[in-house]
Parts: sequence; C-alpha cells; structure tokens
Amino acid sequence: MKFAIQVNEGPYQHQATDSAYQFAKAALEAGHEIMRVFFYHDGVNNGTNLTTPPQDDRNIVKRWSELAKTHSLDLVVCVAAAQRRGIVDEGEMQRNGKDAQNIADGFRISGLGQLIEAGVQSDRLVVFGD
Amino acid sequence: MSENIKKFMYLNRRAPYGTIYAWESLEVVLIGAAFDQDVSLAFLDDGVYQLVKGQDTSGVDMKNFSPTYQALGDYDVTKLYVEKESLEERGLTIDDLMPLTYEDEDDDWAEKDSIRLVSRAELADIMDDQDILFSF
Repeated sequence: MKFAIQVNEGPYQHQATDSAYQFAKAALEAGHEIMRVFFYHDGVNNGTNLTTPPQDDRNIVKRWSELAKTHSLDLVVCVAAAQRRGIVDEGEMQRNGKDAQNIADGFRISGLGQLIEAGVQSDRLVVFGD
Repeated sequence: MSENIKKFMYLNRRAPYGTIYAWESLEVVLIGAAFDQDVSLAFLDDGVYQLVKGQDTSGVDMKNFSPTYQALGDYDVTKLYVEKESLEERGLTIDDLMPLTYEDEDDDWAEKDSIRLVSRAELADIMDDQDILFSF
C-alpha cells in the first residue's frame, strides 16, 4: 500500500509526531511505501536542526532524518507554516533576508500543493494530530 | 488529472480564533481548489463558530479571516456541510451564520446556497463516502 502521512503537531509537545514516526517505521518495515510525510501547523518544528533534547530522551528530529536517509523518504515542510514559525532553508533565508537557516537533514520546504498531491497519489492519507 | 478525481473533505472542528487550525485549514482549501478534485467542507463541534456572521477581531489583534469563506464559491468550493446538532448544542441556528453562496454554472449561473445543514448521522454517511479526510 502507498501511504502519505500528515503531521500537524510539534515534537515533544504532542505525541502526534511520535505516533507518525512509529507508524511510518512500522509501515516501511512491513513492506509498504511512504510516498511523502507532510509537516503542517506546528508540525513544521519537526524539521529544525536546532533541536537539542536531553541526552536521555529521544531525538525526534534526528530520528526523522535517519529514517529519511535509510528509506529515501520525502519529508516536506509547508512553506507558509514554516515562514510563520521560523523554519528556514537556504532559499528561504535569501528570499526573506534572514541571516541563518535551520532546516534539518532530509527535510525540504515546499508548498501546500505537495499535501494535496500526496492525497491524490497515495492509497491512504493518514493524519496525525490533535 | 480528470481520470483521478478523489473526494476530499476538510473537517473543521475548532473555533476560528484561539488556535491557528481554522485559518491554516482555509489556506489548504484555497490551494487545494486548484487541483480539480471533488471538494467539500464540514463544520462541526466548535468549528461551526467559524461561519458565524458579524465576527469582529479588533479587540484581540487577530486578522478577521471570515470574509475568505465568502470567496470559496469563486474557487468552486460549493459544498459546506454544517452539522445541525453542533449548532443546537451551542444555541445557534443557521440564521446566525454568514450567508454563503455560489453561482451554479450548470444552472444558468443561478445563485445557490453553499451551506447545507445536515444531521450528525447524515454527516457520518457523507464522511464515510470520502476518499480523503483532512481534520483540522
């Protein structure tokens, strides 16, 4: 089965992001395809490389990056939601005159069309949120 | 893309202000309208407050985005289901909501109501019929 995943809540604050990760991992291990993970609302905070959790806790951002690397996952952060919340890549940094970027490895910033397209092209869109 | 039209429903369950869900949901609807899918919106729970007329946000320094709902008809988003029980539980009737209309191109551009009042049971059936449910 071809899944798309939407994550609507921020890391640590809410379990939605943990559940989404565990679902994605389990689906991949069972041989399914994850065609895209789309981060929206505060979910965009999953994509900042400035995260520094305590050492005895899970590193949610790094966990996504590693999963993306292992399985060539497409991790997409919504540009409009990211701009509001300060998630910035090289292009956004230049376009908006910022002096830093913080997008984590394996993530890319793109538009909401990527979410709709994921709905159109997948067999199932699974939403994790409140 | 016409060979692959899916039924997309956006569930709006939260009050318009207080959290950003309602506004960012509307942003998805507006972008999604360009994809030529079969789109509908559902308003239930506190989400029915999103359509209440006469919204005034001047006291809380937030953008009043309620006029955007009136533009949905121009985006061919013409099916707005409002759950009757959610209205009643909050002491509201359909007369408390903004009049939202669209022009029906298949009926000589007649102006028609976009809001369709449905019962909880009817909405459950409509939801069951969808391919994609976005919950905001």
